[in-house]
Amino acid sequence: MKLEIAFLYHDLMNIYGDRGNIITLSQRARWRGIETTVTELSVGDPVDPDKYDFYFFGGGQDKEQYAVADDLKGEKGAALKEAAAKGAVFLAVCGGYQLLGHYYRPDNGPDLLGIGLLDVHTIAGNKRCIGNVIIQSEFGTLVAFENHSGKTYLGPQARPLGRSEIGYGNNAEDGNEGAIQNNVFGCYLHGSLLPKNPHFADHLLKLALQRRYGPVELTPLDDTVEMAAHRAALQRARDTR
Amino acid sequence: MRQTLAIATGKTLLEILHRTGRGGTAFPGLVATKIAPHILRDLTARLPGGSAMVIGTNGKTTTTRLFATILETAGVKVANNRSGSNLIRGLTSTLLNQASLRGKLTADMGLFEVDEAAFPQAQAEIQPRLILMNNLFRDQLDRYGEIDTIRKRWAESIKTLAPGTKLILNADDPSMAYLARFAPEGVKTVFFGLDHPPLALAKLAHAVDAAKCIVCGTNMVYDAIYISHMGHYHCPNCDFRRPDPQFVVKEVKLSVSEGSQFVLETPDGPLELKVGVPGLYNVYNAAGASAAALSMGIATGHVTKGLEKFKSVFGRIERIALGEGRHLLLALVKNPVGFNEVLRMLTHDPAQKLKMMVIINDLYADGRDVSWLWDVDFEVLADRLGWVQTGGLRATDMANRLKYAGIDPALISWEEDIATSLKLAMDRLPANETLYITPTYTAMLQLREILQKMGLVVPFWEE
Repeated sequence: MKLEIAFLYHDLMNIYGDRGNIITLSQRARWRGIETTVTELSVGDPVDPDKYDFYFFGGGQDKEQYAVADDLKGEKGAALKEAAAKGAVFLAVCGGYQLLGHYYRPDNGPDLLGIGLLDVHTIAGNKRCIGNVIIQSEFGTLVAFENHSGKTYLGPQARPLGRSEIGYGNNAEDGNEGAIQNNVFGCYLHGSLLPKNPHFADHLLKLALQRRYGPVELTPLDDTVEMAAHRAALQRARDTR
Repeated sequence: MRQTLAIATGKTLLEILHRTGRGGTAFPGLVATKIAPHILRDLTARLPGGSAMVIGTNGKTTTTRLFATILETAGVKVANNRSGSNLIRGLTSTLLNQASLRGKLTADMGLFEVDEAAFPQAQAEIQPRLILMNNLFRDQLDRYGEIDTIRKRWAESIKTLAPGTKLILNADDPSMAYLARFAPEGVKTVFFGLDHPPLALAKLAHAVDAAKCIVCGTNMVYDAIYISHMGHYHCPNCDFRRPDPQFVVKEVKLSVSEGSQFVLETPDGPLELKVGVPGLYNVYNAAGASAAALSMGIATGHVTKGLEKFKSVFGRIERIALGEGRHLLLALVKNPVGFNEVLRMLTHDPAQKLKMMVIINDLYADGRDVSWLWDVDFEVLADRLGWVQTGGLRATDMANRLKYAGIDPALISWEEDIATSLKLAMDRLPANETLYITPTYTAMLQLREILQKMGLVVPFWEE
């Protein structure tokens, strides 16, 4: 089996160590003998919607976010929409999450338009939501670290990734975190997210392989270290919030 | 009147803290500032030689100490915030410590390392005559906000500098070159930089912050990369480029045990310099401190001698003998760039199988988000480790990171309790070997306390 990963805007949307998600997904595939390639795609690089099984889209600083939003207009955005419609899996965190939605509305200035893969929109907030979080989701408990001021609201086509047991979540109002629409996942979860939530990493890996190979069973891995980190993060979240 | 009360109260608190054996460096300053809000301005105004300031993400403590050692060698009495206590209250404590009860200061000048976020306020209060700006890296984003934001704040602060102020800037960091543009008329800008092609890296690492031109947003072109985003750069679209430095580092020879040697070209001719701490980043620190001292008119002989006799700063890099030829080498880590440089130094000798201990805490001063560990290139350690022991509140996160870096899980063990973890590692350390320990800031504080109880190092406030 083969897995093709695309790292969107690796050079611009790479703050907060979110590349841990790519490292985790590709290692967990390789450890199971699945041949894995990671392709970095930045501003100006074309996207072949049939090629990639998994897209990762991380967070960036404000200035970079404008350059990226600009690049997503036109063909690139259309190609990503086509890929999603054909079942490719997306994981977007923070800034990437906002740009997969309809728009980001800053305090002053024009809206930053996203590509609308997720039925969500984001409004600039004046409070920074920072800290360790625990999320209860249909994929099990997730541990992570949130750090955002944007408030994201879901429309009817998207459902939340989970409930915030500890943490502010999407908008510090409705108690939800993240969004799912078909195979597109968005959230505010850093940490990185996948390394200490191996059950969720494997769920995404299965979904990504399904597109090409139909339902697959993954060989179990020894997750002793991963789950020790998961438990320690649960404890830190309870101790610090 | 308020000033007198503030000084007396602050000094009394310092005295009590020292007597009870606590090194608390910030608290007395905080109390004094509550009593007299501009106490720092008032105290620094009493220094006959004025003040100098060091800012930057990485290396400011070492640079400040290098600078101080040079000045002391030249016979200048320096009030220097020694223990990395670099917020306003820490600076205030430093001066209180040196002041008499009536507020008389024995120092000729102040030399302060200042926190990135505290810089604008500290600059306004202290009105330094010289500012040495090292670099700007991604560091604890949960605390400082984004780099663009910090750079903007620094630029605003630079615009207000008084005529005659000297700005000593690292030409190899695009942010520093950019900031120079905001210096008002009458402010003198002096650049230092590195020019030694054999040390250039093949490509930009993941943790890089400034691949885009700060002025126009075009992808920057690098002719040489030395550390992270530092090197020889120019924008292919606008006029933004690395300024030609007046102080140029050449012919660098690096050694982990001996420190580094290099030639510093100055407007008055070349200087052969030696600095007793290892790592290329310390060459930058030494070059910055030398350029600053020479710009102040310090004689070259004092610069050479000062650098040579320099002892490592609390925790940045320290070597401790255990007996039977065994050593501990401690190197503080606080962000991806700094950690990458420490790894580069440790993996210098390809034949060595490293025995390592990595201690990661996630308290406020460490950065509460441990995501940054995923930006460090631990992959360079694969095949280079004898074994590794992790410790601290995030021992398991660290162990997991190492596993995903391709290190054999059989070589990785973890134990959150730092004292227990250290004991396990020291018990395994064979004769004539070194245990390389890389703790985060609060982990270093705990580690020092543990080592001190074992009778191995002195408390840092008594240095």
